[in-house]
Amino acid sequence: MSAVTRLRLFAVAAMLAAAAIAAHAEIPLNERRSGYADLGRETKAMQDDDTANPGMLAVLDGESLWKAKTGNGRACAECHGDAKTSMKGVAARYPAYEPKLSRPVNLDQRINTCRVERQEAKPLAYESKDLLALSTYIGMQSRGEPIAPPNDPRLTPFREAGRATYIRRQGQLNLSCAQCHDDNWSRKLAGNVIPQAHPNGYPLYRLEWQSIGSLQRRLRNCLIGMRAEHYDYGSPEYVDLEAYLMWRARGMPMETPAVRP
Amino acid sequence: MSDTKQAMLANRRQVLAAAGAVAGGLALPTLASPPARAQLIQSNPAQLGIAIRKVAGSAEVKVGKVTLDVPPLSENGNSVTMTVTVDSPMTPKDYVKAIHVLSEKNPQPNVISVTLGPRAGHPTIQTRIRLADSQDIVAIAELSDGTFWQDTGNVIITLGACLEDLPDGTRTD
Amino acid sequence: MARALINVPAKAKRGEIITIKTLISHAMESGFRHTATGVRIPRDIIDTFVCTFNGEEIFRAALHPAIAANPFITFHTVATESGTFTFKWTGDGQFSQTETASIVVE
Repeated sequence: MSAVTRLRLFAVAAMLAAAAIAAHAEIPLNERRSGYADLGRETKAMQDDDTANPGMLAVLDGESLWKAKTGNGRACAECHGDAKTSMKGVAARYPAYEPKLSRPVNLDQRINTCRVERQEAKPLAYESKDLLALSTYIGMQSRGEPIAPPNDPRLTPFREAGRATYIRRQGQLNLSCAQCHDDNWSRKLAGNVIPQAHPNGYPLYRLEWQSIGSLQRRLRNCLIGMRAEHYDYGSPEYVDLEAYLMWRARGMPMETPAVRP
Repeated sequence: MSDTKQAMLANRRQVLAAAGAVAGGLALPTLASPPARAQLIQSNPAQLGIAIRKVAGSAEVKVGKVTLDVPPLSENGNSVTMTVTVDSPMTPKDYVKAIHVLSEKNPQPNVISVTLGPRAGHPTIQTRIRLADSQDIVAIAELSDGTFWQDTGNVIITLGACLEDLPDGTRTD
Repeated sequence: MARALINVPAKAKRGEIITIKTLISHAMESGFRHTATGVRIPRDIIDTFVCTFNGEEIFRAALHPAIAANPFITFHTVATESGTFTFKWTGDGQFSQTETASIVVE
């Protein structure tokens, strides 16, 4: 191989390596945008109107469940009072560290911990109507609040684990989350705009699902779409990813219950 | 099919094919249609014509008075916001009796039929509809004087990029 | 019982045209979907929505599978007198739900 060819090959390799490092750069904080900005006019209107947003049906169900006695006869309201005050800002700071498990838990898991330990009731199944209703109702109390991941160093290794999953190529398509959502957001994939993928509206009403669903359901969709292995609901992999995504979206206002295509 | 529409569809296929080539055989789930879905999405002008006749009988359906508002582009066919308004004074002598909405390419053409009366005030309805594919939609208003009026709208449906397979294998499309 | 969300103004002036918005949770299973093994999922939709005011019918809609899940319908009526709106949804599987809302008309 001639010296010139070797030099050319080296230059190409260096460019690719630089591109790879640059490709994993996070979106600058002031360039972040919510998936709301990518919506069509009618879908935005659906989210903005509480009388038209199907997510509000889950909020109403959640409000009833909040006041309903269960298990040992306690209702959420008995300890937590009016959710409008007691739950304000709560969803915005989950996942949070749970010392008993030495790892973070998400809001769904926290709700179930309360049910089992305080209400002595059975935990609600992931993606069940009731659990979604409660988490949407609680999530809505943070609507407009900035996402506020706790300033807790114990969460760092789990956020790092989530980030590692986010930038890792996986599945049959050998795609990483970052390649679409950090490197190609606002471009089109099969006719739809690629969002930056911030978790600021969950649980949300997805037109594709024709129902409300959690962030984990959406992550599962992504993994299936990428032809990668997906995890069981409640898996630490999902919670670590949530923890990273909420960190990545820090400061952005919550929109629960959002509407997305 | 109009030339413009044909060109747009051809462009879409080209873009998707190019994307497939670049990604080395990226198989988008939405393109691997099971036979049932392929059957559903066909233009069936005869079906639409028959449905219009069922609504209007032998009366002529004139163009005008009706405004059908649908977005030209919708992110998902599962929920497309649609508004129909009719130009009518809504007095006891001159009002809108009914509004019928029909689709060109859905498995069956009827979408919604609404019965109104002079008490309706504004002859306007809004709802959210399902569209199986990019297509025309027709809104027909039946007036108290027995005349029929129509407006047509066209919606292009893009589909979500990452579809989900449910545990029992039910496709969400 | 399905959850319903109804929006009717609490007050209106006589002769004013008011907007009524209704939203009800229902999957509106179209009857055109199939499982992975090709088994058709049976149709299960709301097919009729009727609104009456003080007993008199003011709005009626026949819904088909093309209406999106969690049907949302907005319509209008002239406020004539104080009273109660009754909203009734019926459909497949003997689905039936009734909701009411009151209005004060000055």
